[in-house]
Amino acid sequence: MKNAINREIPNKIKYIGELEPFMGAWEKLKKGWMDEISVPPPNKAKLPHQKKICDTLKEAILKTNPQSGMTLTYHHHLRNGDDILVKAISILAELGIKDITLASSSLNESHDALLRYLEDGTITKIWSSGIRGELGKAISKGILKNPVVIHSHGGRVRAIHTGKIKPDLTIIPAASADEEGNATGAHGKSAFGSIGYARIDARYGKQVIVVTDNLVDYPCNPIGIRQDFVDYIVKVDSIGDPTKIASGTTRITKSPMDLRIAKLAADVIEHSGLFDEGFSFQVGAGGASLAVAKFIREKMKHKNIKGSFMLGGITSYCVEMLKEGLFKTLFDVQSFDAEVSYSLLNNKHHIEIPASLYANPFNCGCMTNKLDVVALGALEIDTDFNVNVITGSEGNIRGASGGHSDTASGAQLTVIVCPSFRGRIPIVTKKVHTVVTPGESVHVLVTERGICVNPKFPELEKRLNKAGIKTRKIEELEKEVDEIVGTAKPIKFTDKIVGLIEYRDGTIIDVIRQVAEC
Amino acid sequence: MKTKRRTMLYIPGNNPAMLQQGGIYGADSLLLDLEDAVALNEKDSARILVKNMLKSISYYNTEVCVRVNHLDTPFGIEDLETIVPLQPDAIRFPKTETVKELKKLIDIIEIIENKHNLPHNKMTIHAMIETALGVQNVFKIAKFSKRVDAITIGGQDLTADMNIANAKDGSGIDLARKMIVMAAKANNIDAIDTVFVDVNDEEGLRIETEYAKKIGFTGKAVINPRQIDIIHEVFTPTEAEIRRAFRIIKEFKKNKDAGIGVFAIDGKMVDAPVVARARHTLDLADIKY
Repeated sequence: MKNAINREIPNKIKYIGELEPFMGAWEKLKKGWMDEISVPPPNKAKLPHQKKICDTLKEAILKTNPQSGMTLTYHHHLRNGDDILVKAISILAELGIKDITLASSSLNESHDALLRYLEDGTITKIWSSGIRGELGKAISKGILKNPVVIHSHGGRVRAIHTGKIKPDLTIIPAASADEEGNATGAHGKSAFGSIGYARIDARYGKQVIVVTDNLVDYPCNPIGIRQDFVDYIVKVDSIGDPTKIASGTTRITKSPMDLRIAKLAADVIEHSGLFDEGFSFQVGAGGASLAVAKFIREKMKHKNIKGSFMLGGITSYCVEMLKEGLFKTLFDVQSFDAEVSYSLLNNKHHIEIPASLYANPFNCGCMTNKLDVVALGALEIDTDFNVNVITGSEGNIRGASGGHSDTASGAQLTVIVCPSFRGRIPIVTKKVHTVVTPGESVHVLVTERGICVNPKFPELEKRLNKAGIKTRKIEELEKEVDEIVGTAKPIKFTDKIVGLIEYRDGTIIDVIRQVAEC
Repeated sequence: MKTKRRTMLYIPGNNPAMLQQGGIYGADSLLLDLEDAVALNEKDSARILVKNMLKSISYYNTEVCVRVNHLDTPFGIEDLETIVPLQPDAIRFPKTETVKELKKLIDIIEIIENKHNLPHNKMTIHAMIETALGVQNVFKIAKFSKRVDAITIGGQDLTADMNIANAKDGSGIDLARKMIVMAAKANNIDAIDTVFVDVNDEEGLRIETEYAKKIGFTGKAVINPRQIDIIHEVFTPTEAEIRRAFRIIKEFKKNKDAGIGVFAIDGKMVDAPVVARARHTLDLADIKY
């Protein structure tokens, strides 16, 4: 069947059941309640003063009585420095557990070693917001029998609430924890800041193990993960490599092109009609996206504007803006370096939030709904303004949906910042390989070769033109890019579906097909 | 003469990526360089690359200038034979020292243009002053031909030629700067200041640009796109300057209709030169009047 953006999707996937086609960015939410109900979280019991501490991760896993066919959920706050997920899966494999559904909030290069467990049938299904590195390549080539499901950060919470993801075992690495399981990411030698993505896992995990390399005296404060949801605690020497946990994406780029794009984007934001006292703002980490914050910071100082809040992935740059009084509050679902952890711990206006409050579409108003402006990157964007952030130019899975579609859906102004081409690869194209964020939720594209406003928003274009900002049609830009880089030979795919792209409301917006061997 | 030449961005002629992106940074002019930025063993490949880029890449509305090698080198003639038929907006001639060599350059250019049935009044010439002898002859160089519509100073080569240290305050080349500006002004053409080499020193760039503006330069060469905005800010009139210029023009028109040539605004005399300056201010700010 075809969905609302004319993408062909299957009616049914064996292990998931009937699929619901994407109907439009807000169509399913319009009536104000959802037909899907929340499944009840598990009830558990512990006797007074019963010990939760285990000597090893293996001991803790054994106590949870793992079974083949189970679902393991996990968070990705440790980013590329994660040491625990591969260890946990290798223990399960050693115990002979097969057919695991892995539902980690994201997967990256630190999880390359999981490849052998996909090959030997230990892991057979994956739900995640992103897949990078060797796993992405192998999945794209069809290593798994079942398609992976790519969801957004908000969509993941919805999927757990509605029982699509049923966590049998949840493992939560924490930078500090106490003997009852109260845990945080905000302090400790492996501090990673907010632990916001793991809060839903803790609530729904039938068995929950907290793993820490910094066991502190009771009570661990602040309480990111609550003891009443935690079954076992394990103290290990290290939960990961702190140098890779702090991602290094918090420095403002020196790339003249990224800076040029960011400056143009900041000009667009300034004249959008939203750049005013009390405005709210989100940017990604690294590249042109973070550099937008640099120019917005200068403009806010120049115009003496004070914002309301910054949201989402918080960088030390956001912390600086909070300290300067440019924004009143930081809402932090994911943080990027040590300085952010310090701020989260010590500044009462820097607030940790769970992923549900951040972006879950099935509630009475997540914070992305309150956003004025978001600046986001793209791997590809097409002439319908649909954005791909998951598959690369060779067709392989190599990116992350993350909060892209959540924030685009919520913000009053969604600005995509990206170069029009990279090397010889067109970024602005006629049709993206994979749609993650629908064009109807994208207002404007800013590239080094011009600014294109989505024709659905003519008032915005008029306003920008009136302010002296030149705009051009996206079709013209696509043509210019094609003339510069030349038309590439299309990638060959087989009929096999290796990935489903869930929109944040659970409908299917696109599929990823297996890349054919050359 | 172009109204605005606040920035002139150097792009090495042997760097495809930078050549490809030259038009996106908002510089007023681009300088595609076949001379000092290109190593001896890459002179031919750079020439071929620049030729093809000029043919195929849009630099939008940016002025495009090509710096050729000097005629005393083995590359100068071939550079001209390759580039002149493509008629970029301007040719920059390095190390201009005498009117004689400038004449030789223009003769060669015009022979090539004749061969290709091209006009002699489209592509202009920027004479670059980089030696003490060039500084001494700058007025004659600026005056020699209508095709010369900008004089530029090459600070690095000039300090080397003068055998002096390249002082951060520019004191060693200050006289040269002022002589070049004066020669340009006397001939009503542009004067473009030398590059500021420390790309990470934004404050230093701003101070040097403000000085260049104060002594009369119309623009400044740029070695990194990150320097463009600062230079544009300095050379773009402030809101107060624009408001005053606008008022002067408005009052001038009113008084002119009444047959009055000299009048006062806020107690200060306004005559023809003040009106000319006001017009220039509005031109720089892209304001129609």
